Amino acid sequence: MAQLLPFSPPNASSVADTVDRVFAIELSASIFVVMLVAGLIIGFSIKYRRRSAEDSPPRLGSHSGLEAGWILATFILFTSFFLLGAGLYVRLKKPPESAEKVYVVGKQWMWKIQHADGVKEINQLHVPVGRPIELVMTSEDVIHDFFVPAFRIKQDVIPGTYTSEWFTATQPGVYHLFCSQYCGTDHATMVGQVIVLTPADYQAWLAGLGTAADPLEDGRRVFKSYGCMSCHGQTGPTLAGLYMSRVKLTDGSTVVADDDYLRRSILDPNSQIVAGYRPLMPSFREQLTPEQLNAVVEYVKALSTAKTQTTQPSDDGSLPHVLPDVPPTQSRPQASPSRIEVEPR
Amino acid sequence: MTTADYIPDVAPLPAAIVPTNYLTDKESLLSWLLTTDHKRICILYTFSITAFFVFGSAMAFMVRLALLTPGGGWVTAETYNRLFTMHGVIMVWFFLIPSIPATLGNFLVPLMIGARDVAFPKLNLLSWYLFLVGGVMALIAMVSGGVDTGWTFYTPLSTTFLNSAVLITVIGIFIAGFGTILTGINFIVTMHTMRCPGMTWFRMPLFLWAIYATSVIQVLATPVLAMTLILVGVERVWHVGIFDPALGGDPVLFQHFFWFYSHPAVYIMVLPGLGVIPEIICCFARKRPFGYKAIAFASMAIAFLGFCVWAHHMFVAGISIYAGLAFSWLSMMVAVPSAIKVFSYTATLYKGSIQMTAPMLYALAFIGLFVIGGLTGVMLATLGLDVHIHDTYFVVAHFHYIMVGGALTAYLGGIHYWWPKITGRLYSEFFAKLSAPIIFIGYNLTFFPQFVLGYLGMPRRYHIYPPDFQVYNVLSSAGATILGIGYLIPFCYLIWSLKYGPRAGDNPWDATGLEWQTPSPPPTHNFKKTPIVTEEPYAYYNRKSPIGPA
Repeated sequence: MAQLLPFSPPNASSVADTVDRVFAIELSASIFVVMLVAGLIIGFSIKYRRRSAEDSPPRLGSHSGLEAGWILATFILFTSFFLLGAGLYVRLKKPPESAEKVYVVGKQWMWKIQHADGVKEINQLHVPVGRPIELVMTSEDVIHDFFVPAFRIKQDVIPGTYTSEWFTATQPGVYHLFCSQYCGTDHATMVGQVIVLTPADYQAWLAGLGTAADPLEDGRRVFKSYGCMSCHGQTGPTLAGLYMSRVKLTDGSTVVADDDYLRRSILDPNSQIVAGYRPLMPSFREQLTPEQLNAVVEYVKALSTAKTQTTQPSDDGSLPHVLPDVPPTQSRPQASPSRIEVEPR
Repeated sequence: MTTADYIPDVAPLPAAIVPTNYLTDKESLLSWLLTTDHKRICILYTFSITAFFVFGSAMAFMVRLALLTPGGGWVTAETYNRLFTMHGVIMVWFFLIPSIPATLGNFLVPLMIGARDVAFPKLNLLSWYLFLVGGVMALIAMVSGGVDTGWTFYTPLSTTFLNSAVLITVIGIFIAGFGTILTGINFIVTMHTMRCPGMTWFRMPLFLWAIYATSVIQVLATPVLAMTLILVGVERVWHVGIFDPALGGDPVLFQHFFWFYSHPAVYIMVLPGLGVIPEIICCFARKRPFGYKAIAFASMAIAFLGFCVWAHHMFVAGISIYAGLAFSWLSMMVAVPSAIKVFSYTATLYKGSIQMTAPMLYALAFIGLFVIGGLTGVMLATLGLDVHIHDTYFVVAHFHYIMVGGALTAYLGGIHYWWPKITGRLYSEFFAKLSAPIIFIGYNLTFFPQFVLGYLGMPRRYHIYPPDFQVYNVLSSAGATILGIGYLIPFCYLIWSLKYGPRAGDNPWDATGLEWQTPSPPPTHNFKKTPIVTEEPYAYYNRKSPIGPA
């Protein structure tokens, strides 16, 4: 029966249980209310059915106690529903610090996925059980939505901006991935699979891909071909040590140079000029595809952690540093070299 | 009698001489097309929205047919997208929004307050023409390639990426919107200035409170839709960057604009239905409403709060956590006045003398379906839960429970209740009592499985779907067939009654309310003498019912 008529999708993420529990609580309360109202209607309709033309119902108006009662009761009921959902929402919106970032680019009608270690997939996302994953998502054209019912997560993927969602898979398996924001003719084909593997299987899968390219190669190529180093590290603000440092802007404010800051600096440089510099950098909004942008941001992040820098990262970037145009290999993000060493299953 | 001093001027006429009424006053086609009589305008609207309903339902039926099989069945993706878009556009703007206000509202507002007509009869006619021009443009869009944006016109898809007849549809809705605004203004002014002597605000039938609240929303929200649609057109035609980020715009801004109109618009659709129900229940339970003032104020509270909840459509659209929290709680609070209404209607039955007539069946079915629609709405307003069920069939089921289970059921109930007044004829009670349960069962079979589909994760607007979802889709399509039959039956017996139905008499239900104190169908000027109201509304407690036990 449950096989033929399921009531709930597979339960495969760390939040799925909580979502199902909130749903069960609200469903039970709702069934109670529906039963109450339906029971009263049916009961009254039978008990007080018209028996003769001489029926003379009493002149009843209102009962303020009863009215205050149900106003208060529904107020409390719905406010507690709100609290249940609010706690869960905050949890869904705050990825753990340790979450590994995976880039997702949606376009009509496919999903392009780039892992931090350079592995690329289309309409498939392989993840290991137990590792928190944060999806950093944007779209090349219209609004899409990355929905994995088994994880109970969903987030619109919006052109021109970045949104994110996160999950920790708990059950190995193959799960539906749907685009759930209507995106044009072949919306219904913008589907894929999230494949959750045990850590061992995951390593085996990585190894099976063969020797992957240098994860920073795409970013390095973009960086070079657009001539970024002709200013950065010469007359422009240095990029070394930039990532996650505090940057002072011309308007006197200080911001943390996180992913969002880096992207905005490339797409809309004049919105945040580093103190001491003039607004010379052009916008690369028209030049870069979202994937190139993701790649170059990863590259800049790698530059920041480069150990070969001879000077300490500076807060305001006012001291230009000499920048190596090829970052040292040890600056790669975590975990990437390991897959070559692991034996396939 | 609420009109203590209303006495017919003449003794009952011999059967051969039928006094002229608004239907027989003038009979040329031109006299209909140029009429400023609110009752005739009601008839014009009824014909046109029925035609649109038939179009919209045909498309819904084709959608359900296509979803019988996971592979998309007999239609291509292009066709499917056009079908559900036009279904939504036609049902929302050319059936549901005008349904109760423009038909029953037009007929009853002046009659219920003892006035000769609405305050601006010519504007009233203009509203219908605007509606018709808008509707015809939507139909032209349908034959000139169709439109496949979804009824929500989300940007930048609608402005930059689709080549279908977006512009003409948008212009059609824009024009029809002015009809809605004018109707709203008309009703507000009419209720403020034209109530007969003794008709104080708290002696008004609850239907009028609901129509008043609806009119306020129509006047305040519809201009925002007009503005938004103009911006869509401007971006589409002249590539001015407003919503498309490639042109420097913001796609989420569109959603804020659109839902600032479209959420209140939900209340334009369902509030009048919530107003029809107490009229029917009080009459067939022979009771005053439980908590008149609470019901009246709940209508106004829903209208007000309805403007404060739009972003609950956007919890996964990248709004901030704080915005999410605020809009979630406010959305929960709209459920409180809605619950007041439901409980008050139910309590009205207590110690009544209840007769299960056809309108009563519809009214009680409404309450049940509205409660399910409302409670699932509360689930959707629950932030963490909405993340999972947003944009799935759960949403589709929820709003169909409100729109079809609620608004349409109430409309049918109202049509049955006031049919004798509007047409002067009685329909077949047997067939009416037969069709109501068929509609109720067909309705639930169509839409209840969609709740399960949604929780399982089937996204809306999917032309093909994974085979695991098929069972519920088949159930839903089977329900749609029953529902279709359920709607055909009233269509037949109501038309039949126009010619063969027995004459209804002035007040077949022995109801209170001024509209029942004048002949059926009413004369062109409604009342021979201005009525004077001396009693509270719904003074059923001292009336003996002329109808035998049910």
